[in-house]
Amino acid sequence: MSASTIELRNLVVDYSTASGTTRAVDALSLSIATGEVYALLGENGAGKTSTIEVLEGHRARTAGDVVVLGVDPANRGSAGRQMRDRIGVVLQTSGLEREVTVRESVALFSSVYRNPRSLEEVLALVGLTDVVDQRVGTLSGGQRRRLDLGLAVVGRPEVLFLDEPTTGFDPSARHQAWELITSLRSDGTTVLLTTHYLDEAEHLADRVGVLSHGRLLLEGRPSDLVRASAATDIVVRTGDARTIDSAAIDSLHERLEGVAATMDQQGSELRVSSVETSRALEVLTQWSNEFNVALDDWSIERPTLEQVFLKVTESAERHVDE
Amino acid sequence: MSDRHSWPSTAHMGMRQIRHQLNMFVRVPIAVFFTVALPIVVMLIFNAVFADGDIVTNAGPWPVREFYSAAIAAFTAVSATFTNLANMVPIRREEGVLQRWRVTPIPLGVLVVGYVGSAMVIACVCTSIVVVIGWLAYGLTLSVAGAVSAALTMMVATVSFAAMGMALAALVPTASTASAAANAIILPLAMVSNVFIPVEQPPKWLDVSANVLPLKPFITAFQSAFHPTTTSVSFDVRALLTIAAWGALATVVAVTRFRWNVPPGGATRRRR
Repeated sequence: MSASTIELRNLVVDYSTASGTTRAVDALSLSIATGEVYALLGENGAGKTSTIEVLEGHRARTAGDVVVLGVDPANRGSAGRQMRDRIGVVLQTSGLEREVTVRESVALFSSVYRNPRSLEEVLALVGLTDVVDQRVGTLSGGQRRRLDLGLAVVGRPEVLFLDEPTTGFDPSARHQAWELITSLRSDGTTVLLTTHYLDEAEHLADRVGVLSHGRLLLEGRPSDLVRASAATDIVVRTGDARTIDSAAIDSLHERLEGVAATMDQQGSELRVSSVETSRALEVLTQWSNEFNVALDDWSIERPTLEQVFLKVTESAERHVDE
Repeated sequence: MSDRHSWPSTAHMGMRQIRHQLNMFVRVPIAVFFTVALPIVVMLIFNAVFADGDIVTNAGPWPVREFYSAAIAAFTAVSATFTNLANMVPIRREEGVLQRWRVTPIPLGVLVVGYVGSAMVIACVCTSIVVVIGWLAYGLTLSVAGAVSAALTMMVATVSFAAMGMALAALVPTASTASAAANAIILPLAMVSNVFIPVEQPPKWLDVSANVLPLKPFITAFQSAFHPTTTSVSFDVRALLTIAAWGALATVVAVTRFRWNVPPGGATRRRR
C-alpha cells in the first residue's frame, strides 16, 4: 500500500439476497491522495454507496484491502477510533432525529470529537444560523441535508466522505455546499464524493471514476476524460442545403469514414463527430473547396462529462446484456 | 490540519447520551402515552372494576387494589425498558441514526449506555409515579424495608428487561416487526404473570412456564415488597436469579446479533 489517504485494492462486496448472491463491488482498486477531491460516478446500483460504506467502516467487505488514513476502517479498536475522529461522513440517508433542534444536534455530535468546531462555526459554514432552534423535523429537505453536512465537518475532518451530499438542494444551497467543499479542499481535506450531478463532479473533482456493475470503467481528470473519451462535434451551415449534390454528400461521408468520423445532416446543418478534430476539419475544408460548397457559422462543440458518462455506461450495459 | 486534543471523558459522553435519550422520550408523545399514561389508566380502570375483594397470596390475603397497583407498577418498568427499547432502537436503525453514530469516534458501548440508561431512568420514574398513585389512592403499603427490596428488584429487572429489549431489537428485521413482536411477547406473558389477571390455581404446565419466564418472577418479587406483612428487607433470590439469567442470555444475543444498519434490500419505515 502507498502513502495515499484512501487506498482500495481488489475490493469485493457481495450481498446475500433471496435469489442468491449479488456482487455489488467487483475487484475495485482506487488510490486517492491527500488533499484530492475524487468523485465516484455511476448509475443506481453501480456500487458507489457500497464502496463508500466499506470505506466509512460500517459495511463488511467480502475481500480486498482497504486503508483510510493508514487504518483499516473495519477496525473498532483504538486505531479505528482515532481514524473516525479524523473523518467526516454524509450518509445517503440523513440519520437525524426529528425531535431535536439544530443546536442540540450539533452540540451532541461535537461532544464526541477531540477538537470540534464551535456551534457558530458549523452554522456559518452550512448557513443554518437562522434555524438554530428549530427542530430537525420542521426543516426542509435541503436544510436537513445542510445539517448533515454540518455534522460531517463538526470534528474538523481530514477526510470527508460525501454520499450524494447535495441531493435535494436548491441551486443556491448547492453552490454554497460547493464553496464549502472547495474551501475544505484548500485546507488540505481529502474528499470522496458520490453524486448523480455530473456538473457537480466536473466542478469539484480533481479526478472522477465511473463505476458500473461494481467495476471501475474509467478514471481520470474530468477534462482528460472529456478529451479522450468522446468525439468532438464540428457544426457548420451550408446555406441552401438543396443545392448540394447528393454525390458530394456521399463523397463527404466516404472521406469522413477514412478519418473515423461520422456526419449527420439536419437541413442546412452538418454535424461531424470525430475524435480527431483537426483531421476532420481538414477533410471538411478540402471537400468544401472541391465541391464549391460554402460553409458558414463554424463551431466546435466539446462533449460534457455527462455525455462521456452516458456513453461509457451505455456501452457497459450493452456489454452486460450480450 | 489542526491538533487533536484528548478524548472527551466516557462518563461525560454517557451522561450526555442518557440526557439526549430522555429528551427524545419526552418529545415523542406516543412513547410517553404508552409508557406513562397507559399503565395509570389501566390501574384506574382495573381498580374501578375489581376494587373490592382480596387475593390469596403466599403471604396471606391481600386487597385486590393493592395487588393491582404493585403489579401495574412493575409492568410499567417492563414497558419502559423491554417494549420501549424493542420499538425505539429498530426505528432509529431504520432512520440511519445508529449508522450515523457508528461513523463517529463515540465508543459504541456509550451509545448503548445512552439507550439502556435512559430506559432505566424512565422505568424508575414511571414506576415510582404508579407506586405513589397506588399509595395515595389505593392504600398500597409503603415501608423502608419494602422500598429497599423493591429498589434492588427494580435494578436487576430493569437491566435485564432492557437487555431483552436490545436482544429483540437485534433479532427483528424491521421496525414494524419489532412493534408486533414486542407486543406478541409481552401481552400473553402478562396474562399468565399476575399483571392483569390474578392467576389462581393455574394448570401445572402454565405455572411452571410462567415461573421459568422472566415476567412473573419480577412481578411477584416486586409485589411482595409492598405486601402489608413485609417488615424487613428480603429478596426472592430465586426470582432475581431467574430474571438475571434471562438478562444474561439476552445480553449475549444482543452483543452477537446486533446490527447497526439496515441490510441491503431496505426496510419499512414507521413510527412506533
